[in-house]
Amino acid sequence: MATVGIRAVRKRFGGNEVIRGIDCDVADGELLVMLGPSGCGKSTLLRMVAGLEPISGGEVAIGGRVVNAVEPKDRNIAMVFQNYALYPHMSVFDNMAYGLRIRGLPKAEIAGRVRAAAEMLELAPFLDRRPKDLSGGQRQRVAMGRAIVREPDVFLFDEPLSNLDAKLRTQMRVEIKRLQTRMGVTSLYVTHDQVEAMTLADRIMVMNAGLAEQVGTPAEVYARPASVFVAGFIGAPPMNLVPVQVGGGSAILPDGARLALPAGAGQGARAATLGIRPEHLQPDPLGPVRMTVDLVEALGADTVVHGRLAGGTVLLARLPGDAAVRAGDALALAAPPEALHLFDPGTGRRI
Amino acid sequence: MRRKVIFRNRWLPYLLLAPQLGVTLVFFIWPSLQAVWQSFLREDMFGLSSTFVWFDNYRVVLADPGYMAAVRRTAVFSVAVALAALMPALLLAVMVDRMLKGVAFWRTILVLPYAIAPAVAGVLFLFMFNPSVGVVARMLTAAGVDWNPRLDGTDAMILVVLAAAWKQISYNFLFFLAGLQAIPKSLLEAAAIDGAGGWTRFRTIVLPLLSPVTFFLVTVNVVYAFFDTFGVIHAVTQGGPAKATEILVYKAWYDGIIATDFGRSAAQSVILMIVVIALTAVQFRYIDRRVQY
Repeated sequence: MATVGIRAVRKRFGGNEVIRGIDCDVADGELLVMLGPSGCGKSTLLRMVAGLEPISGGEVAIGGRVVNAVEPKDRNIAMVFQNYALYPHMSVFDNMAYGLRIRGLPKAEIAGRVRAAAEMLELAPFLDRRPKDLSGGQRQRVAMGRAIVREPDVFLFDEPLSNLDAKLRTQMRVEIKRLQTRMGVTSLYVTHDQVEAMTLADRIMVMNAGLAEQVGTPAEVYARPASVFVAGFIGAPPMNLVPVQVGGGSAILPDGARLALPAGAGQGARAATLGIRPEHLQPDPLGPVRMTVDLVEALGADTVVHGRLAGGTVLLARLPGDAAVRAGDALALAAPPEALHLFDPGTGRRI
Repeated sequence: MRRKVIFRNRWLPYLLLAPQLGVTLVFFIWPSLQAVWQSFLREDMFGLSSTFVWFDNYRVVLADPGYMAAVRRTAVFSVAVALAALMPALLLAVMVDRMLKGVAFWRTILVLPYAIAPAVAGVLFLFMFNPSVGVVARMLTAAGVDWNPRLDGTDAMILVVLAAAWKQISYNFLFFLAGLQAIPKSLLEAAAIDGAGGWTRFRTIVLPLLSPVTFFLVTVNVVYAFFDTFGVIHAVTQGGPAKATEILVYKAWYDGIIATDFGRSAAQSVILMIVVIALTAVQFRYIDRRVQY
């Protein structure tokens, strides 16, 4: 069990800086998800914590000990790789026992730990098989088992579920959460899947272009996105982002419609980006937002309505599944003032 | 789904195969059959007539202590050549594999020796190790080593092994490098995180995953040492001194061309052919079934 400290960490490949100064403290037993689009540097950051990439600047500390110059093998971490990285020439048992044998544990203890992990992961019948004789989900579990038996200070997950099909992914996501909670091991988890991030994380670090845009609980990140990037990245369908003029306590949409802002906000006149989640736009005969419906996606539980304002601005609204809306309809919508987000159009940060 | 293309024309396949079949027929099947036929014959001393003697030539060859000595010599020679050609190749491949830049450059440089003909490589070594004028021989003598491959059989053997193995290193290097680069980096990273240091990773992950390549190369190198080293030996020692470097393929040539005993030479060739066919069969079987991972 240990904390992980990431302090002003930077990474350069040649002249190209891919991690541009990230700070984050992970508490003991916490599961931090690093979420971002591909190329944002999330895997690189994880690999720096693992010791697989040299750190160009800043410090990484595990359990209070700065590990910048410590070899991966001496960091007492375990990692689950995207492609599982199982040793193809070893049985499932040997795969899980490998790290323990290298550490010179007594045979009986190795067997005990491997069997316990295999039991927990329902791998007991497969211990003699080679990885190539297992299904994707089973391989994934072997990779988990290999991490568990080591009883490490920190678990590192590098997109562990992205090679599985959708159904299995949902199932494994739950299993990972259950295991991590039960074992209480500090974990860093990299993914580009926001559903995975929202369901697994104690806290999420949303990354973009080598920077941490926001670190917070899933609820915080969803309810109060710190930037336009976070607002647009989290939530499906994504948040509506509309350029507006702010003044006199309301936001003026491109077509001139006025949306009231929460009391006290939006007094000085300025340009801003307005964010409204689709689920906060609800039909209201007196609502200020008037759009023409373009397309209706009936998803069963919800209906996602794509529409246009008079000026051509596209908006999404998420209505109940039974909403009787058709393409071509005119729809009047309203959003509660406290559900409106304002961002600075220049910096993209929340106002 | 892959669909087979079927040619309706009956003769086209044979026509397409004809050039390769022709080459095989003229340069392999025909001389081989002649060798087999010859191995059952005994020529009179003037070469004017020959008698069919069944397996007499084989009986004589296999009972000849000189032949059995050549068998042992060939075994020592092939194992030594295989080791001398494989170990440095693996070392070089591991070093190039670890490089981040210039891999293509070093790969090219290290592969170049393979373009040199065995006899030329032999002459090169002959010069370098010549007791009177050779650069390396001078250094050895200066270091107090009594080096003389012209008189000392062991020295001569070392020399032909080096000369034969040298250019084979390039070939092996290329295969080892390809094999190493085919091992996913994440496996080595996983092993590093599992606590394995560099040597442990090499021993427990790299070597086992490289074993199909290694096995393939061992067979190829042994076959090479058995059959393709004639040029090297002919250029460097002519089988001497006192037959210390006369391996089977050289003996077959010597007995046939120099000693003009065609029947026994042919019998030796046939035995060699059986050996190489066996070695190749083993290799193919293994490659077919290599279920490593």
